[in-house]
Amino acid sequence: MFADYSSTELLSIFAMQGFAGLSLFSVFVLMAMGLAIIFGQMGVINMAHGEFMILGAYTTYLTSQFFQTYMPGLFAGYFFVAMVLAFLISGALGAFVEWAMVRHLYRRPLDTLLATWGLSLIMQQAYRSIFGAREVGVELPDWMMGAFQVSDLVQLPVNGLFVMIIALSIALAVYLLMFRSGWGRKVRAVVQNRPMAEAVGINTAGVDRATFALGCGIAGVAGSAFTMIGSTGPSSGQAYIVDTFLVVVFGGAQSLIGTIVSAFSISQAQSTMEFFLSGSMAKVLTLLTVVIILMLRPEGLMALKIRR
Amino acid sequence: MKTSSPLKWLLSREGLYYLALALLLAVILPLALDPFRLNMVGKYLTYAFVAIGLVMCWGKAGILSLGQGVFFGLGGYCMAMFLKLEASTPEATAHQSTPGIPDFMDWNQVTELPWFWQPFHSFSFTLMAVLLVPGLLAFIIGVAMFKRRVSGVYFAIITQAIASILTILIIGQQGYTGGVNGITDLQTLMGWSIRTDEAKTTLYFVAVAVLFLCLLVARWVDHSKFGRILLAMRDQENRVRFSGYDVAAFKIFIFCLAAMFAGIGGALFTLQVGFMSPSFVGIVPSIEMVVFCALGGRYSLLGGVYGALLVNAAKSGFSESFPELWPYAMGALFIGVVLAFPNGLAGLYRRYVMPLEDRLLRGKKTPAAAPKETTARRDDEALPDHLSVEKP
Repeated sequence: MFADYSSTELLSIFAMQGFAGLSLFSVFVLMAMGLAIIFGQMGVINMAHGEFMILGAYTTYLTSQFFQTYMPGLFAGYFFVAMVLAFLISGALGAFVEWAMVRHLYRRPLDTLLATWGLSLIMQQAYRSIFGAREVGVELPDWMMGAFQVSDLVQLPVNGLFVMIIALSIALAVYLLMFRSGWGRKVRAVVQNRPMAEAVGINTAGVDRATFALGCGIAGVAGSAFTMIGSTGPSSGQAYIVDTFLVVVFGGAQSLIGTIVSAFSISQAQSTMEFFLSGSMAKVLTLLTVVIILMLRPEGLMALKIRR
Repeated sequence: MKTSSPLKWLLSREGLYYLALALLLAVILPLALDPFRLNMVGKYLTYAFVAIGLVMCWGKAGILSLGQGVFFGLGGYCMAMFLKLEASTPEATAHQSTPGIPDFMDWNQVTELPWFWQPFHSFSFTLMAVLLVPGLLAFIIGVAMFKRRVSGVYFAIITQAIASILTILIIGQQGYTGGVNGITDLQTLMGWSIRTDEAKTTLYFVAVAVLFLCLLVARWVDHSKFGRILLAMRDQENRVRFSGYDVAAFKIFIFCLAAMFAGIGGALFTLQVGFMSPSFVGIVPSIEMVVFCALGGRYSLLGGVYGALLVNAAKSGFSESFPELWPYAMGALFIGVVLAFPNGLAGLYRRYVMPLEDRLLRGKKTPAAAPKETTARRDDEALPDHLSVEKP
């Protein structure tokens, strides 16, 4: 497939598609960070993760509407308010879901998967009833429009860059929280050995709830960022959920760096192949490669060495 | 348990349950429903094949596959390819630029029948393909995954990814697969029209017969020594492995069996409905198939059949009158079945109806009252203690 192009052309194609793939990379990282906490650390499968993300997106949409109507002067900064709101609302719902549903199912991971799938159906339909089946988009403040001209072929849109910065800072925050804070130590202790963690006085039920809520809150922020680069519909979340699970599993479930590396390689592979093949074949080949690699190496790219 | 003769088994309590289902499907429903409704029940029954496979694979062996739609779809597509080739005779497609190939290929500028379509001119090859294509794919997936001890949620996620891949592939390769519309406009099977009411009723009875065949095969596997090993494997995989059994081989076998059941279901689905499309293959239909099995009772073969019938009947009922409410009902069903009654309808039946039956039978002392030990074994195993007793 490369034969028809000269080497300089190929180079700029790769550069162009590489930058295009960064937007997919941001979406993957944003979604995968919440999952990395809930699935990677707690081992809980949350199929409604995409819907928590969309909840954040709709929160952002409503906030932008509110600012446009009542405080047009402050519109440039609405996004930061929306992000905080999205975190709080998704996190609160996450805590409720943990209390009502997930905590009864910690010993039955497959059943969690089914129950959260049910939750995702309900949430999707609720969005459809409230916001309608059509996709909604937010209006970007002026400073987010435009693009940086990097070279003749390559230009970086400001909003895409902004979203990538958010994605990477969330990843950094998650890393600090999980691996450099006392709270993260508690979470990992509970995951690795629940009875021992309980014995040394950790409130394991509380840690579970907070962890789940945090993961959902991050999904909400992800959704908020998602509105900057795409429009939001009731089932936008579901479109990404399986890909994102693959990203997390492929990276090695308990490794954050692994998650980022796998998000990067999957998004770049897909975006580069899209130029040469049709979009659907690029996706098929990427997913197939990931599945085959996972079959050969089930522990993922970067596995934590622990004794089982 | 020992069944000395088939007749004696039929008169045992378990046998009577099978008889009751046979009576319902083969006598009561055909008498009570008009051909249109009966055809719909026939469509639901094809999902029961998937449910039986899932009971074996998920309930008995603890392997949750979220990709049963793949096998259902492969079986269905094999049958649809045969029927489509039969419908695309050179005479019937004379107006196309390339006569003799399916119409969607002509629309997509495909001028020659692709090689993988060629063998589907033969009916016997198609029948084998319906079983072997899903079986072979399941075998490859099984060997790759189970030999490396991938299990639980990882297996579920990867099967889901495979469902997603196959759907994208079918939709993307429009010229070879019919794309998002699927393979439509199927008319005859070996010259016999499948569109008439009589044909649909006949196909319904064929589906019932094949369903019972599959049920008996599944029951036989379940009650053999093999079935005991599956249960042991589900509950204490390592102990079984350390006892010298090749755990992976058992898992591969049961996964292939479930895939073949799904394939048969898919083929019968194509015959009953008259088309096949990727909307029966992807992630959403595959996970819905799990709920058929979960509602009926994941440890009960007959429960799976009833689950498939009930969920689909409810789906049609809701979609006719309140289409917006159906996703809520479906979501509530997923959550409710997992949180409130993980053993499904079969579990409820065992807990509440069976004691009544016991009392009735004992009161009247009818000869049909089965000796206690024939039913006891299933009852105990149906409620593994880690599921029935919940400790927070």
